[in-house]
Amino acid sequence: MKRMLAILVEDRPGVLTRVSGLFSRRGYNIQNIAVGRTMEPGISRMTVTVEADPLTVEQIVKQLNKLVNVLKVSDMTDEPSVGRELMLVKVKAEPGRRSEIQQMAATFRAKIIDLSPDSMIIEVTGDEQKLQAFLMMMQEFGIKEIASTGKISLLRGSKITRDAKALS
Amino acid sequence: MRLTGAQMVLACLEAENVEVIFGFPGGAVLTLYDEIFKKGIRHILTRHEQGAAHAADGYARASGKPGVVIATSGPGATNLVTGIATAYMDSIPIVAITGQVATPLIGTDAFQEADITGITMPITKHNYLVKDINELPYVLKEAFHVACTGRKGPVLIDLPKDLQVQEGEFAYPAQVEMSTYRPTYEGHTGQITRAANAIKKAKRPLLYTGGGVISSGAHEELLELSRRVSIPVTTTLTGMGGVPCDYDFFLGMPGMHGTYAANNAINESDLLIAVGVRFDDRVTGKLETFAPQAQIIHIDIDPAEIGKNVVAHIPIVGDVRLVLKELLKRLQSAETHDTREWCAKVLEWKTAKPLRYRQEPGSCLKPQFVIEELYRLTRGEAIVTTDVGQHQMWAAQYYRVKRPRALISSGGLGTMGFGFPAAIGAQMAFPEKQVICIAGDGSFQMNSQELATAVCYNIPVKVAIINNQYLGMVRQWQKFFYGGRYAHSSLAGSPDFVKLAEAYGARGFRVTRPEETAAAIDTALNTPGPVVIDFQVDPEENVLPMVAPNTSIVEMIGGE
Ligand SMILES: Cc1ncc(C[n+]2csc(CCOP(=O)(O)OP(=O)(O)O)c2C)c(N)n1
Ligand SMILES: [Mg+2]
Repeated sequence: MKRMLAILVEDRPGVLTRVSGLFSRRGYNIQNIAVGRTMEPGISRMTVTVEADPLTVEQIVKQLNKLVNVLKVSDMTDEPSVGRELMLVKVKAEPGRRSEIQQMAATFRAKIIDLSPDSMIIEVTGDEQKLQAFLMMMQEFGIKEIASTGKISLLRGSKITRDAKALS
Repeated sequence: MRLTGAQMVLACLEAENVEVIFGFPGGAVLTLYDEIFKKGIRHILTRHEQGAAHAADGYARASGKPGVVIATSGPGATNLVTGIATAYMDSIPIVAITGQVATPLIGTDAFQEADITGITMPITKHNYLVKDINELPYVLKEAFHVACTGRKGPVLIDLPKDLQVQEGEFAYPAQVEMSTYRPTYEGHTGQITRAANAIKKAKRPLLYTGGGVISSGAHEELLELSRRVSIPVTTTLTGMGGVPCDYDFFLGMPGMHGTYAANNAINESDLLIAVGVRFDDRVTGKLETFAPQAQIIHIDIDPAEIGKNVVAHIPIVGDVRLVLKELLKRLQSAETHDTREWCAKVLEWKTAKPLRYRQEPGSCLKPQFVIEELYRLTRGEAIVTTDVGQHQMWAAQYYRVKRPRALISSGGLGTMGFGFPAAIGAQMAFPEKQVICIAGDGSFQMNSQELATAVCYNIPVKVAIINNQYLGMVRQWQKFFYGGRYAHSSLAGSPDFVKLAEAYGARGFRVTRPEETAAAIDTALNTPGPVVIDFQVDPEENVLPMVAPNTSIVEMIGGE
């Protein structure tokens, strides 16, 4: 089962290694990881997707909580949340097919951000399914390269993943 | 106050009341050692950094205080790794301070550079690479705090050479402020009440206790609980001394080399009260067959241990001693269920199927007999350390310790070569006590260089080598599970241990016959300074009972 964890960590050298090392050493498979800032200086947020059964996830959360630099771990899987991934796609674009690509990009609300005589780079955001669908469409033109951020997400509504105890 | 980094370290050691440190110098800790020289703090120079790490560990296990070890960068630091991992697996508080190349050189493959914080990340509770002198006072404080609180464990501080000479403002913090690290000490009251009710209802309760009892100092509460409600107790290797081994309701060790009584009690219990244990595979055997009839109460300070290997029906996260205290308040003997029938049955197993061996007079010396004699002649009062192998299991079976912190052994990692340096550390904690290392002939050779340390500082550790001329435990597995093919488990060609001891300036004795044993032990115990006794025992003796790996613990070879 796929689970999505939000991990708030102190922004210290080596923290990413501590977290990712814990996953690999205990044999948990990370499918996706994204790291970035939060509103608070010195605190980063990691969004990690793992494939694991509920007992394993419980163990992962407990082990993560033992890391001294980890502030809070929340399993967001069962909570209503929105998640997005950003992807850059470089496609072959012969002059004759450009408008076709442009149209398709528009359908996905993707943006063309670079153009060269025989290729273009398209920026697209969305959830996994949307990105998958987009890639499938682009295949027809020939994908040269892709780069993606990994998924980040927030809980819906006014709820936040940080609790008062961790803030103090 | 303005201090250099090296002076800060020494000021911290003083503030933490560290009375002895173990270490080995080198280029990246010269400034630190200069300060050690000036301050005159007690320092034990071992002959190998691994020896220093195990000594710090032995000191910590014997005393309950954190052990401190220092090594230089690169090879000095990597030589600590086995010692740190050993402490980590058994949750022993040590603070390791390593030198590092100067900060501008970090990451350049400089001379004697090793990424020791990277290397020890999975085997420390936490570690620090200090790059700013202003952080050092706080890091030092935090390191001791993290090592000694919650589930204890090793912490490493990597201190670059240039920071040791750099000056900064020093005030040792009175306390730590860690929003990300707050161990839970008090157990959940509702859960404790549930546990008490389960105990009242239980017909066949059993206490299965481990290193957590020793670590939290819960031995009195444990004994009281066992007595008050009449619950038999089995303790793991690292939990030995949690109750006195001569206590009526003590069943011995469970698991692979556990007693018939302990393993059967686990099998038939309807309520297993697991206290400060982690359901290691050496204890449980095949998990699906472990304690099949029991509800499980699991008390541990580390939430991650609960539910890791077995599902606990009543989990309680907290300090074992505090939780047991609360539990006792809820258990008055009058209202508890009568466990007399169960106790009678368990004690019947205990008397009917004790551990046994046969020492024929005038014939080959039996290792178990040697350990029983050691026990008898020290009146069970010695601090015993062990290496790893058959002799370790025999020590746990036959040296029936009466107190916590009296049997010191590498349980989780099973580190050969641990015993002797750990004994040196334990002796440093208790200079007046009798400290005995029960060593294997293979294991002893992994750290025998520390004889120089023992002689140099006149540390009067007595080493009883159970010399079976084999990597005995390996040989036993080869005998039982590999058709008797003894692949590279013979230790033929080992040195003459008596001469080896003498070469270092220690005393050495040899015992080959049962009749000589008592006199030799007596002489050794009354000889000042370090002594090695080479007990040449039956090479083919096996540790029994034995449960084959990943089978049910009631399927005991030699259990009948
Ligand atoms: C450092 C290390 N290497 C290898 C092992 C595997 N091992 C476990 S017991 C054992 C045999 C130990 O021999 P010895 O010290 O003579 O003790 P005995 O079993 O003969 O009593 C070995 C090799 C280990 N535990 N530790
Ligand atoms: Mg041997």
